[in-house]
Amino acid sequence: MFRLEKRPQPSQFWTLLTPIIAVVATMIAGGLLFALLGKAPIEAIRTIFWDPLFSEFAWYYRPQILIKAAPLILIGIGLSLGFRAGVWNIGAEGQFILGAIFGAGAGLAFYPADYWFIFPLMVIAGAFGGMLWALIPALLKTRFGTNEILVSLMLVYVAEHILSSVSFGLLKNPEGHGFPGSRNLQQYEAASNAEIIAGTGIHWGVIAALLAVIAAYVLLNRHIIGYQIRLTGQAPRAARFAGVRPNLLIIFCMGLSGALAGVAGMFEVAGPMGQISVDFNQGLGFTAIIVAFLGRLHPVGILFAGMLLALTSVGGDIAQSNLGLPAASIKAFQGMLLFFILASDVLSNFRVRIGTAETA
Amino acid sequence: MTQTAPILLTVDGLTKAYPGVVANSDVSFTIAEGEVHALLGENGAGKSTLVKMIYGLVRPDSGSMTLRGAPYEPSEPRAARADGVAMVFQHFSLFDALNVAENIALGMENPPPQSQLAARIRDVSETYGLPLDPAAIVGNLSAGERQRVEIIRCLLQDPKLLIMDEPTSVLTPQEVEILFETLRKLSAEGTAILYISHKLEEIRNLCDSATVLRLGKVVGTCNPREKTATELAEMMVGQILHVPVRAPRDVGDVVLEVKNLSAESPNAFGTSLKNVSFTVRAGEVLGICGVAGNGQDELLAALSGEVRADAGAVLVNGTPVGALGPNERRHLAILAAPEERLGHAAAPDMSLTENALLTGAIREKLTNHGFLKWPAIRAFAEKVIEEFDVRTPGAGNAARSLSGGNLQKFVVGREVLQRPDVLVVNQPTWGVDASAAAAIRQSLLDLTAEGAAVIVISQDLDELMEISDSFAALNEGRLTEPRPALGLTINEIGLMMGGAHGMEVAHV
Repeated sequence: MFRLEKRPQPSQFWTLLTPIIAVVATMIAGGLLFALLGKAPIEAIRTIFWDPLFSEFAWYYRPQILIKAAPLILIGIGLSLGFRAGVWNIGAEGQFILGAIFGAGAGLAFYPADYWFIFPLMVIAGAFGGMLWALIPALLKTRFGTNEILVSLMLVYVAEHILSSVSFGLLKNPEGHGFPGSRNLQQYEAASNAEIIAGTGIHWGVIAALLAVIAAYVLLNRHIIGYQIRLTGQAPRAARFAGVRPNLLIIFCMGLSGALAGVAGMFEVAGPMGQISVDFNQGLGFTAIIVAFLGRLHPVGILFAGMLLALTSVGGDIAQSNLGLPAASIKAFQGMLLFFILASDVLSNFRVRIGTAETA
Repeated sequence: MTQTAPILLTVDGLTKAYPGVVANSDVSFTIAEGEVHALLGENGAGKSTLVKMIYGLVRPDSGSMTLRGAPYEPSEPRAARADGVAMVFQHFSLFDALNVAENIALGMENPPPQSQLAARIRDVSETYGLPLDPAAIVGNLSAGERQRVEIIRCLLQDPKLLIMDEPTSVLTPQEVEILFETLRKLSAEGTAILYISHKLEEIRNLCDSATVLRLGKVVGTCNPREKTATELAEMMVGQILHVPVRAPRDVGDVVLEVKNLSAESPNAFGTSLKNVSFTVRAGEVLGICGVAGNGQDELLAALSGEVRADAGAVLVNGTPVGALGPNERRHLAILAAPEERLGHAAAPDMSLTENALLTGAIREKLTNHGFLKWPAIRAFAEKVIEEFDVRTPGAGNAARSLSGGNLQKFVVGREVLQRPDVLVVNQPTWGVDASAAAAIRQSLLDLTAEGAAVIVISQDLDELMEISDSFAALNEGRLTEPRPALGLTINEIGLMMGGAHGMEVAHV
């Protein structure tokens, strides 16, 4: 019989090793899944993990990885702060959409003028939109004790309806021949989030993601607010004793994660996506939850996890077109990653012993 | 009586080891029928493990037991009960919303119909002088009455051996006396009682013989009536005890004044504070006693700032602080050490360094514009560890890896070293070994010598008698008028704590 024994302290070794175990386990389970679908498992895994980086078309895929990783990291960093404090913002997808609408709206309001402040204003508007959407569940929780998981999740669907409404109405391109969707911001230079260095995929969102990683690291390790966040998550009663005001902290964490998701949405709409449209959102806000946990809620971990998830997304697209893997199987593959990371967490908190608990 | 009575239970060479610790090593003793046998030892001496083996909750690694001459190896509590061994636990397992008879039925293997059961409960309770109404809702009963429910549940099985684990920790002195009457009657009828406690006077009062455990081993057997409390304590601890010494001191001006403090408990099942008033002077220790759950946690929270009240309800050196939060009060040198070490006074998974920051950030100036000064934080943690003799490999270790006593020294030391004007501590030595407890009490007395006002909330009357200058009791959220500690008798203190809570005296 196997027996779990709680460690006196979480093991550093296993904490670092579990993400790797999870990735390997996902490859094995994913390979089995692909084999059941009648695809060659090793080729599928190679296509997902290897081809985007080292195949002959890697010059095209590598920048794509950065472009996909930036919003995942930005959102994941914000979510991780809340998760550390025990504030469960599941609605980053909705905050991402609202940030995009506010950001694009602020830019398009000036169309076709060309002022230097338009782009910075869009960043602020995007952050504001995302924060606004996240503060709804935060205030409902602090005022009425509602569950932020449910409220923030339900607001995603409200946000999707707002998105389709503005695509058909408020932000619809007047010169779009009646098609839904806004003007393309890539063609509006003052509002465009173009590549900073051509061919690298680096746009302002990538820079912002790196800054967010550094800022979150400093906050968590060098600042009293980061300490209060960790303390609240680990021992809420001790946090109150230490002078933390739980309601303020909930509002801070939700507002900040919403703002980062909103900024991510704004960089996305002004850059890679280009326009507000009905199918603008692709579930990045949900994938970012996997990123946050895969990165052990640690800023540097999230940086790597975001890159890894972006790699599987880009690789998954290749596998879809080259091998004919269904899109849903790629989503399932990413979901397995979260499952395995949470499951292997047991190893860092517990020691596995072989033998029975009681011997006579 | 004990000389002639036949042997009921023989425990021979019981050993039980857990990973990293030997809880019991070669423990042997005997209990005669009708004997009241004390199991005496400090926290962690192995008393609980031993009785769990006797009650079938834990299986020994080696050794054997004999009950009335037959080998006795209970595989589970049900088997132990079938052999006539019953146990009353320290923590009651009762449902508040159900009545007494329903609660008792829930603990029985084959409960009879309610009407018959009620009659039997009345029968047993009258016989043993434990008046109890079978139809009363348990939620409305006092702690003493709840204990009666548990005892009657055991007595209905007609046990030959009744194990009682720290039964008096929830009782007032008057309630203890009522309980002892019942236990003596049971003993006279031939029921043996295994009585676990670390309260020496009780054991001297009640028990015929005592087995003393230290670090899992039997270190002595004696007749407690022939020993003094100090002798018993030294057997238990294994060294000469240093009683804290109090430097002669002048009591100064009023530092803390609490006026008509009322506060709702943050906990739905807590006790709200009702019109609490008292003053503490510089250099004075106010001891606050009371049975657990009578507003101790709430009083600490209202003084630490975790629960806010009217500004004027708490005054420190004349400044109203009742509406301030914990950190604002720390600025004013009002510090507190809560009862629950893990989760309230300290974060279990954080290192001692990080836990030093928990309350030390303000007075020790451990931050700079919100940024953490890690070297200073580490130095403060190391200072606490060194000056309070906290046994740990280093400040980087997690709080939960420390033993209870060591963590308690850290928690109290962290506040004492911040030079408080007012210090409130709840249960400063709960679960702490005797020498560490003496060190903690000494540090509180030293603090008063420097002019601090100290409030000690405790359920340990001996501790309060030892260090308090004045004395008050919490009873259902109300505080009695503080009285000078000198010359106060146990009986008077018991009455302050609510006496027998109107509980009917046993008809023995």
